[in-house]
Amino acid sequence: MHVPALSPTAIRVAYIVASVLFIFGIKQLSSPKTARNGNLIAAVGMLIALVVTLLDRQILSYGLIFVGLVIGAGIGAVAARRVAMTAMPQMVALFNGSGGGAAALVSTLEYMHLTRTSPHVPTDQGVSIIVGALIGAISFTGSIIAWGKLQGVMTEKALTYPGQKIVNGILMLAILSLAIMIVGGSAGPQLFVVFLCLCLALGVLAVIPIGGGDMPVVISLLNSFTGLATAATGFALHNVVLIISGTLVGASGTLLTILMCKAMNRPITNVLFGAFGAGAPAGKGGGDRAAAMAGKTVREVSVEDAATILSYSKLVIVIPGYGLAVAQAQHTIRELADLLKAKGVTVKYAIHPVAGRMPGHMNVLLAEANVPYEELYDLDQINSEFERADVAMVVGANDVVNPAARTDTSSPIYGMPILDADKAQHILILKRSMKPGFAGIENELFYDPKTMMLFGDAKSSISKLVATVKSM
Amino acid sequence: MIDALLTDLTVFILAIFIGYEVISKVPVILHTPLMSGTNAIHGIVLVGAMLVLGAADHTLTRALGFVAVILGTINVVGGFFVTDRMLLMFVKKKGPKG
Repeated sequence: MHVPALSPTAIRVAYIVASVLFIFGIKQLSSPKTARNGNLIAAVGMLIALVVTLLDRQILSYGLIFVGLVIGAGIGAVAARRVAMTAMPQMVALFNGSGGGAAALVSTLEYMHLTRTSPHVPTDQGVSIIVGALIGAISFTGSIIAWGKLQGVMTEKALTYPGQKIVNGILMLAILSLAIMIVGGSAGPQLFVVFLCLCLALGVLAVIPIGGGDMPVVISLLNSFTGLATAATGFALHNVVLIISGTLVGASGTLLTILMCKAMNRPITNVLFGAFGAGAPAGKGGGDRAAAMAGKTVREVSVEDAATILSYSKLVIVIPGYGLAVAQAQHTIRELADLLKAKGVTVKYAIHPVAGRMPGHMNVLLAEANVPYEELYDLDQINSEFERADVAMVVGANDVVNPAARTDTSSPIYGMPILDADKAQHILILKRSMKPGFAGIENELFYDPKTMMLFGDAKSSISKLVATVKSM
Repeated sequence: MIDALLTDLTVFILAIFIGYEVISKVPVILHTPLMSGTNAIHGIVLVGAMLVLGAADHTLTRALGFVAVILGTINVVGGFFVTDRMLLMFVKKKGPKG
């Protein structure tokens, strides 16, 4: 089959069009009304860029490209269609990892292409290749580890071992020396492969000492990494659309990462390297707290009592957490809210910035259950209302309402802004058991005299509440 | 060579500012779709993957390029699909409310 080649100028113009569409697309993502459109615009930009690339005369053979496109599209589409909304963070991690892996491979191949005759490469391309391979490889293996931690195939805990810093230090030194040799032209394909393997190892070692609770930040950061790796391949190939798109993503990922860290009131360095050295005091504090809690008792409540209190309230503020999503109770909670609203109760949802496992994750999960947009409130908007609330109903959330964040300097979540559930008249906590939350910290709110605990699976508890409220 | 590099650098630096400006206006509730949508956009690395595979002339480079194209396509197709699925929920929920 003869494929007509486009002129290099036409291709470059098409790349500019694609870049503009990406920028417009991201801009439209800034409003819920235009967001879907924005995603489509970006997808059109992608299609244009991919089609004109196929018509580039640098491409000599098409067979493998088409087979690769079909296989990749099949895997991507099926995975995207099948994934549950609750598992979205790890799905994004995997897609991100694939992009990182692709960037690392493209850099590797460009190196092999440039060094066919001699190991010498032009300095600018050499540096771009190194950066693309390094960041892409870290993003690839780092994303897989992040997926593993969120999916539960490996421990969520921060993995530390003695000498970890030394091992990482030696690894980084080795990577740096090899990078200098590659750019300097004294390496070859074999050493480049060693370099690539060390970068892959670094991705694993950098993410395993970070706890599962911090994985959203890691995914966000790795998302920006893949963007930068893509931009680096753009430098190596002198391809403008790669530079623009990669950099846009690099900037957005960095911004998102900073926003997430701000929401937890922790510097990024604490998230990434917190497991080193901080382990001992945090563990001790945890032990003290557990001892302090041991003497206290929790108050359990029956479904009937809880339903009565809810029905006779004026204002109920629901605080949903990841546990709600895991129990697939989004629809049931909306049913309960509808019933209460019919009885004249005002129901509002308080969404903590880190509720769920990604920023905005909880909004997506509630949107899935058709919870009206207008009933969702940010931390800043809702915190002043808890004083007037009759019931703060905590469903599957824990750390985001833990008062230790305000008072206990030894707590790992100290300083994180929390939802002031403890200021409500009654606190109704739906919880499976007394197990601590994702961050593994005791919560004194459970022992508050105003607190009522309704134990059990969130979905079945709320279903019972629905049935009881209906019958009243 | 230095000309090409300087052009690339100019584009790079301006793109940082555009990225920051365009993105800093996105509300928190859309952060997950944004992360996922931008994630799809960096799948543009597929362009690079197709170029290197198209020019590959060894079994090894062809094999690696082939894997790169598959990975890049997963990133693009999966990323856009999953973002659309998420955003559809925002639209759907707007509908019945009027």
